[in-house]
Amino acid sequence: MKQLDTLLDEARSGNRRSLSKLLTLVEEGHNSPLERGIGSSLGITGPPGVGKSTLIGKMIDVWVERGESVAVLAVDPSSPRSGGALLGDRMRMTNADSSDLVFVRSLATRNHPGGLMDCLTPMVDILSECGWTNILIETVGAGQSEIRVVAFANRILLVDGPDRGDIIQAEKAGIMELADLIVINKSDLPEAERAANAVRSALSVVEDESTPDVLMVSALSGMGVKELIDELVKTTTSHERERLRVRERLISAWDSALLTSPKLNDILQALEKGSVTLAEAVDSIRKDG
Amino acid sequence: MRIVVAKPGLDGHDRGAKVIARALRDGGHEVIYTGLRRTPDEIVRIVVDEDAGAVGLSSLSGAHSVLIPKVCEGLRKSQMDNVIVFAGGIIPEHDRKSLYEEGVRAIFGPGTTSSEILEFLTTMEERSESGDPVGVGEEAGWHW
Repeated sequence: MKQLDTLLDEARSGNRRSLSKLLTLVEEGHNSPLERGIGSSLGITGPPGVGKSTLIGKMIDVWVERGESVAVLAVDPSSPRSGGALLGDRMRMTNADSSDLVFVRSLATRNHPGGLMDCLTPMVDILSECGWTNILIETVGAGQSEIRVVAFANRILLVDGPDRGDIIQAEKAGIMELADLIVINKSDLPEAERAANAVRSALSVVEDESTPDVLMVSALSGMGVKELIDELVKTTTSHERERLRVRERLISAWDSALLTSPKLNDILQALEKGSVTLAEAVDSIRKDG
Repeated sequence: MRIVVAKPGLDGHDRGAKVIARALRDGGHEVIYTGLRRTPDEIVRIVVDEDAGAVGLSSLSGAHSVLIPKVCEGLRKSQMDNVIVFAGGIIPEHDRKSLYEEGVRAIFGPGTTSSEILEFLTTMEERSESGDPVGVGEEAGWHW
């Protein structure tokens, strides 16, 4: 598509409007003009209300102070009923709207079948190609569908807090296994140290050199944020976690294929009537290829 | 539609903007809420980065005649001519004409129902499809 190439050329030379239009087209399902997977992103996830957006706001400040550019893709859920979405992440990134070194795009999940947000990889590629150094994908880590979103990032930072039983929730959702680095936010609160120790002890069961570090930060005061940025430079993923992320992506693509299969309705009816078994239904869809 | 709901200037009253943001979401739109105390430049930047089709400006502080035209002008300068601008809050009748001339397409005062705002947006989508001017940089004149 000619239009995409033109927009990409303009975006490469620093035109934000063209970059923005290009991201919209890719979000709507147009093929990216770039080779898939050339960019690299950091996924930031954690329970609701833990301070992810506020922390990202502070991280942005540090990067900008160091002269590095930051692009954020902030993902929030679409309403399953109306299809609409309220995207309020950027209101907590207070300095994000004035620096040329910062680009923030709010994205709704748009209820894709299987929770598949296939557009994230090409969007990261485009941002990377256009010279954005630090590319973040922010998503609420509340359940399975959000894990699927963040699995499209190349490294994952898990943000947790001291004020609830969040750690157990994170473990239940399986997000801790994917995290390359963990931070406990709200370190100004008295229970923060205890929460950090709880995470460390949960991780220590199978400790090896790839076990993620646990840092403490306060997005409110900014304490520990510079250290977090320094640590991120050194943080690498492990082969095991890479495999887990690829696995999540595959599962969401698989679910998406199932839910959009033209045979889906027939199979559901057959299952209702009891004329096929679940195993036969799966076989039938697989044969369909 | 993707819609930015913004609070320009030093106005600290955001109840109305938040109610509108939720109503638009429930009407099936993707709403980006900016939070309080945004400058016109910041609002323009947000509309560009978010590639929004419309921006709703909420003002209850009396600064609408200064701030809203600045947003309109900024959008035109950024080649965002097809963006729909609408406003709400406390905007006296005698200030409205000049805002419409700036390209504002609707001004909603107290007592407006959320369904009226949704209706306005549907109308704008229809106008846009049939090639009628809707954006801030397109021919002014028509307004809700």
